[in-house]
Amino acid sequence: MDAESVRIFTKGITMAIGGIGPAIAIGLLVAKAMEAIGRNPESSGKIFVPMLLGAAFAEAIAIYSLVVVFTL
Amino acid sequence: MIPPIAAEPIAYLGSFPITNALVNAWIAVVFFVVACWFLKRRITAGLPGKFQNFAEAVVEFFLGYVDQVTHDRARSKRFLPLVGSFFIFILFSNWLGQLPGTGSITVTALVHGSIEKVPLLRPAASDLNLTLAMALLSVIVSHLLGIITIGFFKHWNRFFAVGNIINGFKKGGINIMVGLIEAMVGLIEFSAEIAKVLSLSLRLFGNIFAGEVLITVLYSLVAFILPLPFMGLELIVGVVQAMVFAMLSLVYLTILTEKPHGSEAEHKQDEIGEAHGTGHLHDRHPSLA
Repeated sequence: MDAESVRIFTKGITMAIGGIGPAIAIGLLVAKAMEAIGRNPESSGKIFVPMLLGAAFAEAIAIYSLVVVFTL
Repeated sequence: MIPPIAAEPIAYLGSFPITNALVNAWIAVVFFVVACWFLKRRITAGLPGKFQNFAEAVVEFFLGYVDQVTHDRARSKRFLPLVGSFFIFILFSNWLGQLPGTGSITVTALVHGSIEKVPLLRPAASDLNLTLAMALLSVIVSHLLGIITIGFFKHWNRFFAVGNIINGFKKGGINIMVGLIEAMVGLIEFSAEIAKVLSLSLRLFGNIFAGEVLITVLYSLVAFILPLPFMGLELIVGVVQAMVFAMLSLVYLTILTEKPHGSEAEHKQDEIGEAHGTGHLHDRHPSLA
């Protein structure tokens, strides 16, 4: 197990584990937004922008792990 | 051939490296300066021309959005220059990075001690220096405007709540605990400011750089039809990231320029108001006085 192969493994595992949380978070977020739009179709314009904002926040966590992968 | 994380220098001005992301940023800046110069030459208070009409529509649109966050026209007008500039600059430089030629037109340059081909253009926000500078600017300006708006000591008390501890000791009992806990929360808020800078810069950098790497890898696989949907995705990501950066800056500015809640002065004002019979209960019937 030399340093180079450990580095390759770590890159893969970092991105794999780091992507689980944001994926679940974005899925829950958009699901709740869909539910809210389903209850009240007129409010879709008002719901869309905060949903996008929340999704960008959650995605940023995945981007952090991607930056770690690039740094390794 | 994946682009490296650090933008490659393609020329040197003395000892200052001019990187390919810097070239893109300068193209964006020159575009805006020229556009604004044209606008200023023909601006009239009478019937507006097409460009002035468009610019006014854009400003009205942004002002409406900023109003929805601040609920205060005076503050919206104060924040609009910075927040609107962030949005338009980041949007334009992200979209500029999708033009064909970015990443493929190369020049030979001396990079890391070896002569090799280096791309001439690279999306401006894929350089961590630019995003870090913008994030620092955003957070520092929000603190400065907070100090200017509510005064230095109130702003200081948000983070290092010395006033709360002293008042807690004066009242004694459970208030000592409450004062200490609020002081600890203030310290955590301070570390949250550092997290704000890091998250703002890394979010924008990560999205745009990852898009650049994705498109480069796709070009090396199948150069012709395959990258198209991903370039469309990059356009959308460019809009969303510009919006997120601008809106987050706006939210930070708004939060730091609001009066802090639960301060002692507010409670005293309410008590005095009740004692003199001029409290809020009487606001709706001025004629009865």
